[in-house]
Amino acid sequence: MSVTVLVPGALRGEVDGAARLEVDANGTLDAVLREVNERWPRLGRRICDEQGRIRRFVNVYVDGEDVRRMAGLESAVPDRAEVQILPSVAGG
Amino acid sequence: MATILMIGTNKGLFLARSDDRRTWTVDGPHARMNEIYAVAVDRRGPAPRLMASVTSSHFGPSLLTSDDLGATWQEPDHAPVAFPKETGATLERVWAIAPGPADRPERMYVGTQPSALFRSDDGGNTFDLVRPLWDHPHRPDWGAGFGGQAIHTVLPDPSNPEAMVVAMSTGGVYRTVDSGESWKPGNTGIKAYFMPDPWPEFGQCVHKVARDAGDPARLYAQNHHGVYRSDDGGESWTSIAEGLPTDFGFAIVAHPHRGDTVWNFPIEADGVRFPPERRCQVYRSRDAGATWQGLGNGLPDEPFFGIVLRDALCTDDQEVAGVYFGTRNGEVYASPDEGESWHQVASHLPDVLCVRAATV
Repeated sequence: MSVTVLVPGALRGEVDGAARLEVDANGTLDAVLREVNERWPRLGRRICDEQGRIRRFVNVYVDGEDVRRMAGLESAVPDRAEVQILPSVAGG
Repeated sequence: MATILMIGTNKGLFLARSDDRRTWTVDGPHARMNEIYAVAVDRRGPAPRLMASVTSSHFGPSLLTSDDLGATWQEPDHAPVAFPKETGATLERVWAIAPGPADRPERMYVGTQPSALFRSDDGGNTFDLVRPLWDHPHRPDWGAGFGGQAIHTVLPDPSNPEAMVVAMSTGGVYRTVDSGESWKPGNTGIKAYFMPDPWPEFGQCVHKVARDAGDPARLYAQNHHGVYRSDDGGESWTSIAEGLPTDFGFAIVAHPHRGDTVWNFPIEADGVRFPPERRCQVYRSRDAGATWQGLGNGLPDEPFFGIVLRDALCTDDQEVAGVYFGTRNGEVYASPDEGESWHQVASHLPDVLCVRAATV
């Protein structure tokens, strides 16, 4: 039982250069991100703020679906799903 | 004796170094593509510590430290500054980094957006929210200027470890004399022309406050129109703008050792944010604001459109103070002689948000 988290290039420095992380949690995105935060706290706080909310210019996809169009942190994450983290287009 | 000048921009941190305060080498950007809203050189420990507030537009805020003058940077795994869960608030960025008393090198303060004060007693590894100020009954009525609602000025009192002044935009000046357990507004005499009652108890748009080197009870404030001095620790204020070309601006800084000496960078007006007559000039007073002198020897002669933001003017700590400023058009200038003469340190940088200098 595991889920793969795909790490964008801009955040790989927080996880020793890893592009893919394997986490045990599944069921909901919230459970996955909690495990990410416990095991890689610097990666975790880049994705979510201190209230646990996904940062405004970070996008998260579960098997290619934008979680903001699903159920947010309560989005279902089945076993062997891919959770992809991507910075959104922003800045000047 | 070397001088380091930290230059925070909206796309990273640059470090300028000089042995004579005339010729400089510049490296960077460190923390590239991060907004650097606050920097500090903390000289209380065994080695100078550089600190930088970094904010990624994507990945949020943090604090970096360097104990080797910028060769390497460290950051804790946990968020060093974060709002407690029950507040429901989220840290947008750190606007001010203030080392605590000289005899307590483990104590640090930061001012944040949204407006809050945090205190560290472990050298900046972890910070705790100063709850009495967060819970102040005025807080729901503090407003946000264009730059956001933030405590941008944190001034511990060197003569009284229990006293401190903070300033925020908008909201104004608040003071404590009991180690942060209680806070009172200190805005009497500061005009808020943009409000129906222009003399409110609080709500002023104070842009920056500096403390006089000779008299800790003497403070200088650059306001959103208005330049003021307080001689009672920030309780009441009187105008010192009469000798200046304009009373608008963001930055004000006091001499590191000598009383009554203060510099600012006037801007024409709220609605015309260019230097008066488009001349690049720093103004200095040596009599606590009674008279002012424009200083432009060595600064650009051609029409100048850059302005200096609230933290982009500083001094170093030498006896004959060096004065430094950075502009929104990415230029940095230095004076090794208190403003008498100037030269360029760097150009073509991103927007300069803050500068701080120290002997290292």
